[in-house]
Amino acid sequence: MNNTELELLKIIADMNATPDGAYNIRANGKLADRQVTENVNIKTKTDNPGIDIIIKPNTKNETVHIPVIISETGLTDLVYNDFYIGENSDVTIVAGCGIHNCGENESRHDGIHTFYVGKNAKVKYIEKHYGEGDGNGSNVMNPTTIVNIEDGGYMEMETAQIKGIDSTKRVTKARLADNASIVIHEKIMTHGTQHAETDFTVDLDGENSGANVISRSVAKGNSFQKFLSKINGNNVCNGHTECDAIIMDGGKVTAIPELTANNIDASLIHEAAIGKIAGDQLIKLMTLGLTEKEAEEQIINGFLK
Amino acid sequence: MLELKNVSFTAENGEGEKEILKDISLKIEDNFTVITGPNGGGKSTLAKIIAGILTPSSGKILLDGEDITGLSVTDRAKKGISFAFQQPVHFKGIRVYDLLSLASGKNLSLNDACDYLSQVGLCARDYIDREVNSSLSGGELKRIEIATVLARSTKVSVFDEPEAGIDLWSFGNLIKVFEKMHGSCGGSIIIISHQERILNIADSVVVIDSGRIKTVGSKQEVLPKLFGTVEKGCRASVCSGKETE
Repeated sequence: MNNTELELLKIIADMNATPDGAYNIRANGKLADRQVTENVNIKTKTDNPGIDIIIKPNTKNETVHIPVIISETGLTDLVYNDFYIGENSDVTIVAGCGIHNCGENESRHDGIHTFYVGKNAKVKYIEKHYGEGDGNGSNVMNPTTIVNIEDGGYMEMETAQIKGIDSTKRVTKARLADNASIVIHEKIMTHGTQHAETDFTVDLDGENSGANVISRSVAKGNSFQKFLSKINGNNVCNGHTECDAIIMDGGKVTAIPELTANNIDASLIHEAAIGKIAGDQLIKLMTLGLTEKEAEEQIINGFLK
Repeated sequence: MLELKNVSFTAENGEGEKEILKDISLKIEDNFTVITGPNGGGKSTLAKIIAGILTPSSGKILLDGEDITGLSVTDRAKKGISFAFQQPVHFKGIRVYDLLSLASGKNLSLNDACDYLSQVGLCARDYIDREVNSSLSGGELKRIEIATVLARSTKVSVFDEPEAGIDLWSFGNLIKVFEKMHGSCGGSIIIISHQERILNIADSVVVIDSGRIKTVGSKQEVLPKLFGTVEKGCRASVCSGKETE
């Protein structure tokens, strides 16, 4: 693996060296390296491109890394990754995709990730998307995440688009059984003429199921972001969705909440706030000796931290 | 020393222009000065003009003899002027520790950060990792605001109504913070306040009314006039303590 690729791995998966535990590194559409453990098996799919990640029941405190990197210009990579999280397990999965595109053609990664979270299992899923390159070729990523959580299961999803992705459509659909819950934190920063669309749908089917979907985003330059968040309360449940966006320069943001209560005991809340950085925030930091630009950076870094 | 020379400030409102400050000339020594006066008299405007947040329509501001009238908020901060807001600003994602570090201009040690918080009466460990947002109460935010000024430790510190939003219980602690600053700080502490207990620890008092300086003098000279004659307007807090020397 060359230095560019190693650098991408560090950015998207915090990988400085071969990680402990199971991992699968996909580079330019092919398997680059893989390790399995006693409790975590990774198998190449036979019907579609992609992998199955199978975590045995009762697996505790293991981390699985499955980064994808693309350093060839003009490559389109489509993968189907399925995650089977065994009952009562407690694991962390670090995914992420980095594109280095120095050419003139579009580089694209579309990942379709399906999670089957078993009874009383806990999973933390961390996903970072990042693009770079000196060429004019665009970087495109369209991640789809399908989540099924069984009774008492819990999933925490942290998804971040750091920079450099010209176009993205991010679709997340979750279906929750009794006592299951999901927490999603999304962070997106767009610049230039980038376009980012997020579409969350959560079906709270189970009794006492719960969802908390929180998005924080910054739209700079002439970029555009659209945030759709649907929560369907189909049982006794709690749902909360929040979109908080900072717009700068000519950035534009649309936030569309859609809450549907199909049960008298469904409790659903949506919050959305879009605006530029407040003048008094800048002034406060300037009274501490920061320039306006430094103040702006601190505010945005904090907001997206 | 901070000096204001013939400072005026005119603001636009819906009905036209209104002169908020009228020809203010004032020398503020390296001591503890309280600026007081009726609401709407121009006190907060004056504080913002000192910090550079507002630019005077005419007049000059000198810091140790140097004309700083044209300097930005940032440049004035770098020259040694600190400003505590009347309404502390909220930040999503910025922690109390981050704000104190930015204020001090370096990566603060946890001990130093905790020390500033302890000085304003906050149990440091409970606050250091909290975000400076609306999950903190008005009184907590106010004390953190004051701690950022302590962390800067500059030659001029301006506090715009530090008592606003602070409950009676916390107010005693706030007075102690200022008393301590008064004892240890070599520079100018300027406080905009209506509170007698803050006026009581002042070296000098400036009264601003309708945009003009009405009175300037030592506390002993100004307070009796401010509250009427001592006999007529005597209030326990004004008459007790140093005033009765």
